[in-house]
Amino acid sequence: MSLDTDNRTTSHSIAAPATRDTEARARLKTVLRLTGFRILGAAGVLWAVATLAFFAMRLVPGDPVDALLGGPGNNATEEVRQATRELNGLDRPLLVQYGSYLGKLVTGDLGDSYQLREPVAQVLGEQLGNTLVLAVLALATAWVLALALALWSARGGKVATLVGNLLEVVSAAVPHFWLGSLLILVFSVSLQWLPATSGAPGIEGLILPVLTLAIPLAGFLGQVMRESMLTAMNSPFAISSRARGESEASLSLRHALRHAALPGIGLSGWAMGSLISGAVVVETVFARPGIGRTLLQSVLVRDVPVVLGVVVLVAAIYIIVTLLSDLAERWADPRLRAA
Amino acid sequence: MSSPTTTPANGSEPIIKVTDLKIAFGSKTQATPVVHGVDFEIHAGECLAIVGESGSGKSVTARTLIGLTGANAVIQAQTLQLQGKDLRRNSDRAWRKVRGAGIGYVLQDALVSLDPLRPIGREIADSLRIHTNLSPAARTAKVLGLLEAVGIPDPEQRINQRSGELSGGLRQRALIAAAIALDPALLIADEPTTALDATVQQQILDLLAERKAAGTSLLLISHDLAVVGQLADRIAVMRRGEIVETGPTARVLGSPRHEYTQRLLRAVPTDKPRGTRLAPAGAGISVRQHALIGADRAADATRDHTGPVLVAESLRKTYRNPDGTPRVAVHDVSFALTRGQTLGIVGESGSGKSTVARMALGLAIPDAGEVRLLGNPWSTLPEKQRRPQRKHITSIYQDPLGSFDPQWDVARILSDALPDSGSLSRSERRDEVIRLLETVGLDASVESRLPLRLSGGQRQRIAIARALAPGPDVIICDEPVSALDVSIQAQVLDLLDELQREFKLSYLFISHDLGVVQHVSDEIVVMEAGLVVEAGRTSEVFANPAEDYTKKLLAAAPRLNTTLTGGIA
Repeated sequence: MSLDTDNRTTSHSIAAPATRDTEARARLKTVLRLTGFRILGAAGVLWAVATLAFFAMRLVPGDPVDALLGGPGNNATEEVRQATRELNGLDRPLLVQYGSYLGKLVTGDLGDSYQLREPVAQVLGEQLGNTLVLAVLALATAWVLALALALWSARGGKVATLVGNLLEVVSAAVPHFWLGSLLILVFSVSLQWLPATSGAPGIEGLILPVLTLAIPLAGFLGQVMRESMLTAMNSPFAISSRARGESEASLSLRHALRHAALPGIGLSGWAMGSLISGAVVVETVFARPGIGRTLLQSVLVRDVPVVLGVVVLVAAIYIIVTLLSDLAERWADPRLRAA
Repeated sequence: MSSPTTTPANGSEPIIKVTDLKIAFGSKTQATPVVHGVDFEIHAGECLAIVGESGSGKSVTARTLIGLTGANAVIQAQTLQLQGKDLRRNSDRAWRKVRGAGIGYVLQDALVSLDPLRPIGREIADSLRIHTNLSPAARTAKVLGLLEAVGIPDPEQRINQRSGELSGGLRQRALIAAAIALDPALLIADEPTTALDATVQQQILDLLAERKAAGTSLLLISHDLAVVGQLADRIAVMRRGEIVETGPTARVLGSPRHEYTQRLLRAVPTDKPRGTRLAPAGAGISVRQHALIGADRAADATRDHTGPVLVAESLRKTYRNPDGTPRVAVHDVSFALTRGQTLGIVGESGSGKSTVARMALGLAIPDAGEVRLLGNPWSTLPEKQRRPQRKHITSIYQDPLGSFDPQWDVARILSDALPDSGSLSRSERRDEVIRLLETVGLDASVESRLPLRLSGGQRQRIAIARALAPGPDVIICDEPVSALDVSIQAQVLDLLDELQREFKLSYLFISHDLGVVQHVSDEIVVMEAGLVVEAGRTSEVFANPAEDYTKKLLAAAPRLNTTLTGGIA
């Protein structure tokens, strides 16, 4: 309303603010509409993920009752097993169980862990922070490494390009468990600079796990960034800029760096997802508490509620991060806003 | 060549002086020369134009003046002076001081020469940031003044916009603003109006003329003699790395001495009556006297159809913007194309002419109105019924490379376009391909080449051969010569003309270039914003335009005013 009155009073004297308001409003409308679609889509994805995970857990051989009774190999009698089943509603038809699971999920109730006997939300809440710290630090490190590598190898000559390319390909291809073990061997066992496990608080324990996650991602991001950096450095606008007297260093910082960052921003949503799945391995290798390790342990003992909880949580994180990276991309690339 | 470049006898020191400039690419020992010793000088307030076709070395020469020839360039010169200062031994640092401050450079490709991620105000302020100690506030003030000076409306708003939000004309103005920010003694403009609409082109030329009047020396690089004729005091004609002729503009255009200059002038289609050959005989090989198989087969009932071959009735097409709002591309367009004739459609970008082409081809379906082909329904048919009839109407585009599968060789591209190619034996197909190649004046040996390995003119000939292959009645030509050099353009236009007479073809010829349309069309439709503004016999419309828009368009089209007698035999 206030916008409307503003427009009316100034519409004749100054045309520009009026058009700007309309433009801003149209832009806001587009963003809201897109966000609306995204929220609907996100709900659909969450539902699909929860459903898939629910039925997948039923297809895996083994009996969840074992988890309730202290893990496989317990000596419970058949009566006790049956009583436990009834107590936890596992004797009801599958669809009824699915329905009640979905109903609880909608209200935010993830159920109780079979093994730990505490709410899943609480279990995950304790672990989530650890994994997020790891993943975010790894993402940031990967960005720094990738940009540095891209800047250096795109500005250098043929040799730098070749070396940069080789480094990127090799590091992008390295599996986490191998890289983690190698780093432990070198920095913990041989050099004894850093701890091999990362259970204790403190920055030292974080360095090796973060590097293990960051290096392969940096190789991947670096390739994409260097490519668009080279394209930018050779484009007509870069030549125009040189023709104004711009130096190469200034050109790569003021122009090319931003162009290089664009695909990196777009890929960061995906990267976060892959980092969290990488965390399963890394947290195990470095004996570090977190979502990944919790997931692995829960799968082994068939602690169904925890597994389902992790799956839904990770999907939610993935959705949020993708949304954020899309917004960041729109912010960084005005061409996407204009469309 | 070292013909003396005569200059206005003011006796002053030239702004730029170049003698015996040689440029080669490669290493010192194994270099491919591209410029073989050119001389020129430009005095204060003077405009020299270097004219030539692609590959003549004109852009490389211009870039050498600011030390941006490119990697692996080997440069030798007896003199390379800017205001008396030797540029030859410039360090990287010294070059950076010349660029922007001593010499302003407006790059080719106005549309992509601004960083799409930065506001134009920042781009323009870059020159000031690099070369002066002005505070950011002072720079902004200066940029606003520059935007005003180059005729950009609403500077306060535009300064924060990025190139994606600006039209082609405004982008070119912004680039010129950046180049003149420090009032350099010399302004180099490389093809400053290519890719711009005719009316915008004229505005940019006026803007450059203003700079010249203000005392800036201009070096204009262009392939377009008409553009050059408006602005230049002197013209240097360049071919294969040499300046073959140089002299005052009126003299070079009026009585060209060198055979190459004469050929260039003859190739300009503007004001040349329909059917006049633009290229010397022998440059384009004339059409062989044999009919194509496809043409034989099409000699069925459709050939006897006497009325107009292609009729459009009140076409309307609306597209949706990404945000859902409708955008009317074509409001109301009607025309009729007679057999054996050419109907030209002219209009500036966004006028809807390409949408009309798509509807004529049955690739876009009109929201209202109808297209009829050879007297039968066309746009109203379902695609399944349209497909067998598609051989009657084919197309040629501006960029043939984009319409060829890069993995296919010429033989495969052409045999794929033959009608019922499945029923032909291998050798029959090959014979057809060879005949098509000969028809468009190409040697049979190109059949095994990939499109990437062909020159622009050869590619467009292949595109024409492909359009001929099914034996069509109508060919839609959408900007078919816009990407070609003027002498190649002349050959292609001559070829299209011969083919039309030989095969009784009808062309729907779409172009933004009034000169080309005037030369090829029997009738003409002028489009603006999705509407037909004016239509009629080409000669009448050009002689007596009835509508204001047509008049404006005609007035803006640069033409060679100079009487072209004398040198052209």
